[in-house]
Amino acid sequence: MARMKFLCDADRCIDCNACVTACKSENEVPWGINRRRVVTINDGKPGERSVSMACMHCTDAPCATVCPVQCIYPTDDGIVLHNKDQCIGCGYCFYACPFGAPQYPQVGNFGTRGKMDKCTYCAGGGGSESPGSPEEYKKYGSNRFGEGKLPLCAEMCSTKSLLAGDGDIIAQLYEERVNKRGYGSGAWGWETAYHEDVKT
Amino acid sequence: MSLFARIRLVTFVLLMLGIVAAPVCGQKLGPDGAPNPDASVVNQRTLLEQAPRVEGRIDIPDVKASVLMQPAGRTWEYFHEVLLHWGGAIVILGMGALLALAYLILGRIRIAAGRSGQKVLRFRAFERFSHWLTAASFVILGLTGLNITFGKILLMPIVGPEIFSDVSQIAKYLHNFTSFAFMIGLVLIMVIFFRDNLPARVDVEWVKQGGGFTESRHAPAGRFNLGEKMVYWLSVTAGLALSVSGFMLLFPFYRTNVADIQLAQVAHAVIAVLFIALILAHIYIGTLGMEGAFEAMGTGEVDLNWAREHHDHWLAEGLGRETNRGAPAE
Repeated sequence: MARMKFLCDADRCIDCNACVTACKSENEVPWGINRRRVVTINDGKPGERSVSMACMHCTDAPCATVCPVQCIYPTDDGIVLHNKDQCIGCGYCFYACPFGAPQYPQVGNFGTRGKMDKCTYCAGGGGSESPGSPEEYKKYGSNRFGEGKLPLCAEMCSTKSLLAGDGDIIAQLYEERVNKRGYGSGAWGWETAYHEDVKT
Repeated sequence: MSLFARIRLVTFVLLMLGIVAAPVCGQKLGPDGAPNPDASVVNQRTLLEQAPRVEGRIDIPDVKASVLMQPAGRTWEYFHEVLLHWGGAIVILGMGALLALAYLILGRIRIAAGRSGQKVLRFRAFERFSHWLTAASFVILGLTGLNITFGKILLMPIVGPEIFSDVSQIAKYLHNFTSFAFMIGLVLIMVIFFRDNLPARVDVEWVKQGGGFTESRHAPAGRFNLGEKMVYWLSVTAGLALSVSGFMLLFPFYRTNVADIQLAQVAHAVIAVLFIALILAHIYIGTLGMEGAFEAMGTGEVDLNWAREHHDHWLAEGLGRETNRGAPAE
């Protein structure tokens, strides 16, 4: 079975934020929640690079391990999903996440968080809602994956910087690019997320 | 041409050459002859060698989102899931075993002279209120805190994920709000009992006599013996540390970043585990471990013989005061 991953080719990313917009629009993400964001390293300096980042759907996902109610789990495709009905909004997944992916709506005093929200790889939710149902859409957003489609952020990337799909295939795509153009700043986050790097 | 003019000319030519040549020398070219945009780029490995986190600029107001990567999350995960589970279990169960052993070997420390039937006031109502406010909130905080760490191992398999999730949700709110009651109680205890917990010369004698744990020897003490003083100072220190780290966790990302919060959580958890072990010992000696001790915090009055055996200096001072006031001592 394919292992789904994200790969951001930072040498192509132009910080246009189309991926962020696509994600927000496709999943109708509420205000203040950013499932995907673009971070610019060395802004305004030589060697500046922008990286689009969301949940990387880690191998041995630390969020899933630390969750006190065990509501986060990986699917057979390696997508990390969670069940919002069980989430207690403790915030531990954010502390454990190497990529700052989990988001929480503020629901009360003293920083009380609501149910965690994060990138679902456009694969719906990890709850009891039937896949593709309006209930699932309301809680978790789109289930493009169930329709055989890839996440919209990667699909809409204007420079094809953000790649989604089978980890082996996108790694190979990236390696070919690096070989052809002669440079590459690496697959950002892969070492931390998947315990392996691309071969360049 | 004068020497000076010649030097000027040579300098000028060199300067012009430098201006023309500099960009060519400074640039590495790509395989297709194009300027290499990767010439000065830093990759993640270099960045992570320089700093524990990769940070940059973002286009959204959420400041904490500017951290692109923090591999320390996996380290914190290791602490929370391995070190804390094992360490916490060992410390708490170890203390339980130690106390069971103490009970088997020492048994219940009896009032050697038996009960006199006469009562002496040891804790006033307000002192007892302060103690029980702190104690009750401590138990709630301790249980709900243990639930978030050990609940998924101990409770979840029994009640199932749905009920466990509801319980944990309530536990989270209880923990957040009971903390304020605990902090009020802590400050009260700190102030009320401060003077009587200052070190005194009699404490040395108390240690020499083995703390009175062997019934043959008498260990003298003031209002609080050295053991109680240690419970006081350790509790106050641990309570303050838990309050500070707890506040950091209660107001996440208020002047803190993710590394601060991870550190606060580690401190909060480690201190809480040690505090629970300390309080287990405190509960043991105050109830099962010693005859006549619980009523001090229960009704506030202790038996005269109990006071004579465990807090002779305090009793003498108290009786002295009462005699001075003209009240009958017996």
